[in-house]
Amino acid sequence: MEKEILNKHELDSIITRITFQILEKCKNFENLALIGIKRRGAILADRINEKIQEYKNKKSPVGYLDITLYRDDLTEIADYPELSGTEIEFSVKSKNIILIDDVIFTGRTARAALDAIIDFGRPEKIILTCLIDRGHRELPIQPDFTGKYVPTSIEEKINVKLKELDGMDSVSIEK
Amino acid sequence: MSFKKKDLIGLKDLSKDEILFILETAEKFKEIGKRDVKKVPTLKGRTVVNLFFEPSTRTRTSFEIAAKRLSADTINFSSSASSTSKGETLIDTIRNIESMSADIFVVRHAFSGSAKFIAENTRTKIINAGDGTNEHPTQALLDLMTIKEHKKTFENLNVSIIGDITHSRVARSNIWAMKKLGINLKLFGPKTMLPVNTDPFGCNVCTNIEEALENTDVIMMLRIQMERQSKTLLPSVKEYAKLFGLNRKKMQMAKKDAIIMHPGPINRGVELASDAADSPKSVILNQVENGVAVRMAVLYLLGIHNGG
Repeated sequence: MEKEILNKHELDSIITRITFQILEKCKNFENLALIGIKRRGAILADRINEKIQEYKNKKSPVGYLDITLYRDDLTEIADYPELSGTEIEFSVKSKNIILIDDVIFTGRTARAALDAIIDFGRPEKIILTCLIDRGHRELPIQPDFTGKYVPTSIEEKINVKLKELDGMDSVSIEK
Repeated sequence: MSFKKKDLIGLKDLSKDEILFILETAEKFKEIGKRDVKKVPTLKGRTVVNLFFEPSTRTRTSFEIAAKRLSADTINFSSSASSTSKGETLIDTIRNIESMSADIFVVRHAFSGSAKFIAENTRTKIINAGDGTNEHPTQALLDLMTIKEHKKTFENLNVSIIGDITHSRVARSNIWAMKKLGINLKLFGPKTMLPVNTDPFGCNVCTNIEEALENTDVIMMLRIQMERQSKTLLPSVKEYAKLFGLNRKKMQMAKKDAIIMHPGPINRGVELASDAADSPKSVILNQVENGVAVRMAVLYLLGIHNGG
């Protein structure tokens, strides 16, 4: 059974709110850069960047991160060895990095992403932003900005659909 | 897609999809070499043993860099300084090193079929880094990756391989793979260096360099192995250079945008004149660069699976 928890309008206002939270937190705009975790985090990074453009008339540098090679679970990789590739063309050194993902769950993806970013250089700060926080952390990692907190049971699934990839904008919970 | 094979022995055993999957994976690994920290933690705790029963610097170095960039531990074993010179059999050597819990063996050996033989006698994963005149799969994969970068597609591409075809494992691996990928292949070399029967390859065998270079997109020059059989197969090096070597002038017979490849090390002035080797059409150093990415891809795809 699938139940929608965010429609496309609600999703859009959450992205707008997160964008303002980011801009408020990072006063020095020139120092800001976005990194989205592939695949849906990467799409969200682009969306946030479009909103930044609307309000600042300027985009931030944006990069996309594939964390497969940083997973802490080799058997997981063995089943899905396909790489989608990391594209970070700017220097992360001394930047305020906004790390973006769609759902935070155990925290292991975010942990892997932190390691990956640090391999590109030493940023001044990394700020974690997630659209949905579904709880059940296995590592002491919390997002700085959360779109919506959704208490879930471990068997439930959160489906984030974004039109670039899934043809529609919607977030639902599946039992 | 995933890669389920335990070993990489030769490209003859792989399907078109498997070859393309390795190449796509390798393309993703290339970016790591350009980072500040040229390392990912993927194969942390895995042990890669380079078992080289035949001398090699470039391939071994390339494999070692690839393994280290994946955070694997690497150990080099060379036969000259080992138990092999004390009379130990190949399988005993393999079983001994296997007992130290190695995960992957990168094997080079002078005998054709040795990589397969070793693979059949160990649980450890085997990557063939050249077995006699049989195959050198990672070299052909890096050649294909380089061709793809420059020509975008393989289908209906014209490739000419020129030199000692009979004794070249590089040629053999390339031929098996290129046939699967829909490449039109031409082979050319002195009669003494062409296989008596080329039917299994199903390629055109040319009789002169004009025919070999005409309308070609990729010119792959092979190394004349002076230290091995070549001396007895050729009247003189000068004659070889004149009839079979490539220089700037002869390059005009190929397509305007043709690229020149060579597996290295080059004999300058023999198979390749300096004005060809150093020309903008030469992609030889690009091949070396891609070698690390291809070997990372192969180590990754085999190394992420646990056990045999």
